[in-house]
Amino acid sequence: MTIANAPKELPEHAEFRKEIAAWLRANTPADPGFLLPQTFMEVGSDQVLDFLREWQFKVWSAGYLGMAWPKQYGGQGAAPIYQSIVDQEMKRLRVPICFNVIGLGWAGPLILDIGSDIEKEKYLKGILNADDIWAQGFSEPNHGSDLGSIQTRAERDGDDYVINGSKIWTTMGNYAKYMILLARTDPQAERRYNGLSFFLAPMKTAGITTQPIKKLTGEYGFTETFFTDARIPANCIMGDEGQGWRIAMKTLQYERGAEAGAAGGISILSIAMNDLLNMAQDIERDGQPLLKDPITRDNLVKFLIEEQALYLAEQRGAIPALTRDYPNSIALSGKLRGTEFFRRMRQYALTLQGANGALYVGDSEATDGGFWQRAYLNNFSTTIGGGTSQVQANIIGEHVLGLPKD
Amino acid sequence: MRKTNLAMAFSYEQAMILDSAKAFCSDKSTIAAVRNLLDGETGFNPQVWQEMVALGWTGIAIPEEYGGLNLGVGALVPLAETMGRHLLGTPLISSALTAQAILRSGTESQRAAWLPALADGAAGALALLDNEDWGGDFSGCTVSGSGDNLTLTGRKLMVADGAVADLFVVSASHAGQPVLVLVEAKQLPAGALESKTLIDETKRACNVDFSGVTVTSSALLTPSASTLHELRLIGALLTAAEATGTAAAALDLIVSYLTTRVQFGRLIGSYQALKHPTVEILLQMDAARSLIYHAATLIGDGPIDSDTEIACRMAKAQATEALLFAGDRAVQFHGGMGFTYDCDAQLYIRRAQWAQHQYGDAQHHRRKLADLLLD
Repeated sequence: MTIANAPKELPEHAEFRKEIAAWLRANTPADPGFLLPQTFMEVGSDQVLDFLREWQFKVWSAGYLGMAWPKQYGGQGAAPIYQSIVDQEMKRLRVPICFNVIGLGWAGPLILDIGSDIEKEKYLKGILNADDIWAQGFSEPNHGSDLGSIQTRAERDGDDYVINGSKIWTTMGNYAKYMILLARTDPQAERRYNGLSFFLAPMKTAGITTQPIKKLTGEYGFTETFFTDARIPANCIMGDEGQGWRIAMKTLQYERGAEAGAAGGISILSIAMNDLLNMAQDIERDGQPLLKDPITRDNLVKFLIEEQALYLAEQRGAIPALTRDYPNSIALSGKLRGTEFFRRMRQYALTLQGANGALYVGDSEATDGGFWQRAYLNNFSTTIGGGTSQVQANIIGEHVLGLPKD
Repeated sequence: MRKTNLAMAFSYEQAMILDSAKAFCSDKSTIAAVRNLLDGETGFNPQVWQEMVALGWTGIAIPEEYGGLNLGVGALVPLAETMGRHLLGTPLISSALTAQAILRSGTESQRAAWLPALADGAAGALALLDNEDWGGDFSGCTVSGSGDNLTLTGRKLMVADGAVADLFVVSASHAGQPVLVLVEAKQLPAGALESKTLIDETKRACNVDFSGVTVTSSALLTPSASTLHELRLIGALLTAAEATGTAAAALDLIVSYLTTRVQFGRLIGSYQALKHPTVEILLQMDAARSLIYHAATLIGDGPIDSDTEIACRMAKAQATEALLFAGDRAVQFHGGMGFTYDCDAQLYIRRAQWAQHQYGDAQHHRRKLADLLLD
């Protein structure tokens, strides 16, 4: 008798998998002739934006995005398994990403969960059809991962809140219509976390300006966002004043994948071990593929073991008997394990390229057009963003192992 | 492109075994009890062993018709993991492997002669090593003669639990063919056993000289070309499970020290220089645990397919690396205390050195995995 297992695919699910795969094959746009982003943090030009917006709209129009969200808000009211199948096939077939991720993955599920009917009506459909791009305003200059130190002020004045301060690492800040904004409403609060409030802030507001940030990779995709006496309607607040920290933590649960509810769609291009193995097969050293070199082989197998364990973790996490001593270990460590694995694996790809490892996007002889160089450098957005790996290690040390705070 | 097998299941029976093993081992194999056995001759308490027999654990992977529970090798994994966590030393793993050898390559009368005895607590031992290389395929131990007049020549090294074994399964060659020979302890000449001084004082092993032992054809198992290979993989998996448990124990020890020891006015667990590597130990142990239960899901009583082989080898490579790291850091993080015999960290770092070599070290398994995954 089995009490937990990898779910077997039912006939209707297998049928649906065929349907979506066929649709994706028929509808994936041709190579546009410019570099498409590997992640949603790389939407750096109008050209890219227009392309992705059109693609997301097409996916949603066909009924393949937000499938588990209610029909009245633009979803399909379907079982979550269907969206999972779509996402798996999107990943497998390497179609372009569904770029409106802050909306689809974080703000959307949050609004669905704790938003009012009016808020659901107002925001959810625009998230799905890509009319309304969403940004996140949590991190601030000088204390990215330490959200408790947020300085941006929100002062109540009549029917408005007046916002002053600045946010940084605003993904698509220059394109966003709305921002999930964490700001300080009570600087006197005894505990600094209790002074924070959470807003669904309109970005096209006088006093809100954005400044694009040129990334490590030389591309754009983030802005710094400045608030100078920006007035937003008081009803933009989610929950009550002082509940911002709790709501932000809930949002981070969606971001970290620890809580379900996201609309779906892939937000990053999958770059897995098979891609690295293919590269190692194509590169020759001493007249044979690098894949035959014993040292390379040992390193590749180490990565393969790590990748296999990453994939298995989720399944073991679903079996309570096998997680009893550290019940939240797998959920809380997912980001650290995954992002650090990919960082090291992508760096190793550059190492294997020999002298070509030093070439970059734009050079005609760069391996795969500089795909791995870009992938490696961009990967730091995942080991730094959403709480650096070092902060993640603190969280795991303190919340899983019970070690004292520093 | 190879399709990755990610099956993971855990049965009601496995969960029951895990639960009762946890309760049993934490009660019977306290650190004080483990330390009491360190300089003992056998390394285990016979009364505890008898209780394990009574619980049916010696028959977990033996079919019902031979007095076992017929739950398969996969059900031994939670037990081995828990024994590792509490450093419970008994011949359980050696006996289970001996039973697998007979189950997989014995005739009906050989099975009937030995499996009920093993289920009932007779101790078995696999005698496989001719030198320090777990990867070697050729046995220097030979069987000469023919029919019912067979004589063994050769010595086997580091036979785990050899001193208490009632029965040995010996890998040898006969007329140029690999064979497995059943040898009872009572057939051994005086002085055949030479006990070894092991780095891990909770374990026992000896060299066994089988030279001069005579057997009849009824002592020859009939292994297929893959039997020895399969026994090594099962040995690797059970060692990996045990090592994963020990890594978790080393982690527990570190955490308890880091949350009580104060230096420079602070609990030392608040220092990130100690906190972060401790988290790394958790992640390594977690990875090992996922891999051993994946292998436990795939492994059955029949031939071992390539997905299962991959799973067993990955489990062994990861679990031993995890324990090597955990044991090493357990000593270091205890500072001066860690350098003493009294500190329990020594138990774990010593176990790590034993576990890494049983049934092949991590590099050996990665070399095999490279052939399976990259060619």
